[in-house]
Amino acid sequence: MRALLLTILVVLAGPSLAAIDAYEFKDEQTESRFQELTAELRCPKCQNNNIADSNSPIASDLRREVYRMVQSGASDEEVIDFMVTRYGEFVLYRPRVNEMTWLLWYGPFVLLAIGLIVVVVIAKRRKRSAEPGADSSGLSQSERERLNKLLEQDKK
Amino acid sequence: MMRRALVFLPLAIFLGLGFFLWRGLSIDPTELPSARLNDPFPAFELPSLTEPNKTLTPDDLKGEVALVNVWATWCPTCKEEHAFLNRLQREGITIYGINYKDEPVKAREWLKRYLDPYRSVVLDEEGLLGLDLGVYGAPETYVIDAQGVIRYRHVGAVDSQVWEQLKTVMEQVEAGSNG
Repeated sequence: MRALLLTILVVLAGPSLAAIDAYEFKDEQTESRFQELTAELRCPKCQNNNIADSNSPIASDLRREVYRMVQSGASDEEVIDFMVTRYGEFVLYRPRVNEMTWLLWYGPFVLLAIGLIVVVVIAKRRKRSAEPGADSSGLSQSERERLNKLLEQDKK
Repeated sequence: MMRRALVFLPLAIFLGLGFFLWRGLSIDPTELPSARLNDPFPAFELPSLTEPNKTLTPDDLKGEVALVNVWATWCPTCKEEHAFLNRLQREGITIYGINYKDEPVKAREWLKRYLDPYRSVVLDEEGLLGLDLGVYGAPETYVIDAQGVIRYRHVGAVDSQVWEQLKTVMEQVEAGSNG
């Protein structure tokens, strides 16, 4: 009984992954490449969908094209180049690293480095500005003596 | 001195961010730059919509600066701009049509009913030429030069405002190819 249920579930799960169109792949590797590529390419029409999720006609055309290409043995780069020459860098959810996208890729690290430098400089300055002999209370030797004197006065 | 300059740093950052965010408000994210700009028209060999026995190739689009209009009968905006295209044709502008993913019978009927502003219409039933052009919605209008190189792309209907822009581009292209 349990085995039967499991079998039914497995059979049902397969097509639901393939969304709208039913493509037959020559092998599993091709199928997983197709899934990966269509998940990473943005639909030019409905811009917040990838072409795997979108059901706009252009997305289904592009899926068919990706299918045709992977099935005929094109490499991932070839498929991506095909899309980029037609629709521009825009269709890549993970933009390529080039002069245009350096800021995008490395900007956060530059900001992190700037932040670290600022922290280090501030910390160093604090240390230097404190007089020698200062303890955890932040008071210097002479200030502590003055404080003690004042406290003594209060006691009298 | 250095300290005093630092006080204004947050203001400077704010102004910088503000400028870019404000610019972002006026940018239409659905408008994509054509990846095909300054490329020759992609190769095709497709039948003509109006003369089914004739085969059209990119060579048929060459000769003068012209508009290439991608349209279909299922596209309401195409209907909207059609009258304007007719007007342009009367003014002497060369317009080629690409009938994109459409039914030829319906398309021929449409041209009969609403007049035909096109010098010739490429029948792209499968949408493969559209795919090669990077069409992602109809209507789209391209400016091509006499050698058939794509010089400008407009996505959406052509109206008098858009035409001003297209006209400027066409004049520039014309001046560029003569000079």
